[in-house]
Amino acid sequence: MSKIVEGLLYSESHEWVKVDGNVAIIGVSDFAQSEMGDITYVDMPSEGDEVTKGEDFGALESVKASSELYSPVSGTVVACNVDLEDAPELINQDPYVNWIIKVEMNDKGELGDLLNSAAYQKFIEK
Amino acid sequence: MRYYDKLVFELSRDGRSAFSLPEAPAIRLPESVGRKSNLELPSLSEPDVVRHYTNLSQMNFGVDTGFYPLGSCTMKYNPKINEEIPGMFAGIHPLEPDCAVPGIKKIFEGIDRALAELTGMAHFTFEPCAGAHGELTGLMLIRQYHISRGDLARTKIIVPDSAHGTNPASAAVCGLEVVEVKSGPDGLVDVESLKPLLGPQIAGIMMTNPNTLGLFEKNIAQIASLIHGCGGLLYYDGANMNPLLGVVRPGDMGFDVMHLNLHKTFSTPHGGGGPGSGPVGVAPHLVKFLPEFGNEGELRVSGFHGNFGVILKAYAYILMLGKENVPMAGRLATLSANYIKESLKDCYKLPLECICKHEFVFDGLIDDGAHDEVPGATTLDVAKRLLDYGFHAPTIYFPLLFHQALMIEPTETESLETLDAFIEVMRTIAQEAAQDPMLLHTAPHNTPIGRPDETAAARQPVLKWTKSN
Repeated sequence: MSKIVEGLLYSESHEWVKVDGNVAIIGVSDFAQSEMGDITYVDMPSEGDEVTKGEDFGALESVKASSELYSPVSGTVVACNVDLEDAPELINQDPYVNWIIKVEMNDKGELGDLLNSAAYQKFIEK
Repeated sequence: MRYYDKLVFELSRDGRSAFSLPEAPAIRLPESVGRKSNLELPSLSEPDVVRHYTNLSQMNFGVDTGFYPLGSCTMKYNPKINEEIPGMFAGIHPLEPDCAVPGIKKIFEGIDRALAELTGMAHFTFEPCAGAHGELTGLMLIRQYHISRGDLARTKIIVPDSAHGTNPASAAVCGLEVVEVKSGPDGLVDVESLKPLLGPQIAGIMMTNPNTLGLFEKNIAQIASLIHGCGGLLYYDGANMNPLLGVVRPGDMGFDVMHLNLHKTFSTPHGGGGPGSGPVGVAPHLVKFLPEFGNEGELRVSGFHGNFGVILKAYAYILMLGKENVPMAGRLATLSANYIKESLKDCYKLPLECICKHEFVFDGLIDDGAHDEVPGATTLDVAKRLLDYGFHAPTIYFPLLFHQALMIEPTETESLETLDAFIEVMRTIAQEAAQDPMLLHTAPHNTPIGRPDETAAARQPVLKWTKSN
């Protein structure tokens, strides 16, 4: 049973977003980390990079597979979680505390396309 | 297998030697390039060297030691005569002028003609040294074709979700944008999902047929006409060519460019990163872009003519079988795969009930033995348990379409007795899983090394030995 945190928004590609003013804090869901297995590497963009909603901004690698990270919003990367460079296992330990990037959003309207926790729960049960 | 874990450095003792080098004149090097530290080469006697490497070789598993049903890899037996042929050519240097080695030219012409006839292509280049190298070469050819026509907008390539991972990777290296097309419930490329992707930006599609589920893409003629209709080309990933050899030709299916894995389909050794060969063949209208035949562009992907030794071995295989026997290879490979599939489908989940080609995919155990607090046995556990019984594990967790994928490819070179022994062991493992899944969770029990910590190895790889280790 995957953990889902209420109050976050979710994408169908299993990223979560926490909205903090105009900044979107982005990570991956517990479902995503459990599907991936032990994460061995997190490929992240750099601060200042532009990301586009629906396009990849990095990737997770595990013993099993490599999986792209898709940005749930468009905007500019304002922070990357550098702790993940040396300790990618943090995502396995708690995917909701260990965010991956923070994005200054261009258009907060894009958040309307994301799922709330109840809708995401239904989505992963399918 | 006997446990042996010595490093050659640990066996080293100062002053020992297995070989005496003749006195050589001292060469004076400038001090700036001189070595500051000791060379740290191991010092061993001849028996120590021989025993060390003999022991190491006995830790190995290969097609010469046992059954190796690795899906998508076509680990068929490598006939020993193949190994003798390249030795006859050891004295030839790649820089010799063509007129000094007319026999070599004849060999290239011969294998080119044989592969062209088997695939329906016009000609092949032998430069690519592996399958993925061939894919990249083929995609570069496709790019060059479009560019030569001034058709610069074709930057997207369609790849099915069941494709070998190398397909999207090669496309990305070639600078193409990958567009995924979904498989339908029958495991084949969904033609209706393909249609909306077509347009003036499409450079082509990469397909393997039979696909990675071992299923023949029966809509290939329609797919070919759709892709050609929008101006794209069709690339054939030859990794799964084995069942079609001498029976069906990619050229007749509408493919324009393809590679063959000589180290799979044509019985030359592979695995462990050993030398391969991925010749790329093209339809007549693309011959002018091939390195050896070309006058358009400057495409070179390796020095000289690729891995010549491997090409020789493959040519020996083709000539040994002869035109009349080549189709038997694919037919027997298909029969073997279907025999195993039908014999095991009451213990392992068969997601797609149909006749397969040279390989097939199970989706884990039917009864994984899960109860109370004990989790069920997974595909990984089954693969590890197989090692206890002396078989190489099949490909696992690929293709990604199924969660517990277990992909089995027996090839045509195994006897009925070997196939039956494998089936019996797979049935035993299924019983063990149902009764005592812990036995599988902790497997392998009989190998020199149990389960290496793959995660730690990936997170903190130790790639270099130093004395302090």
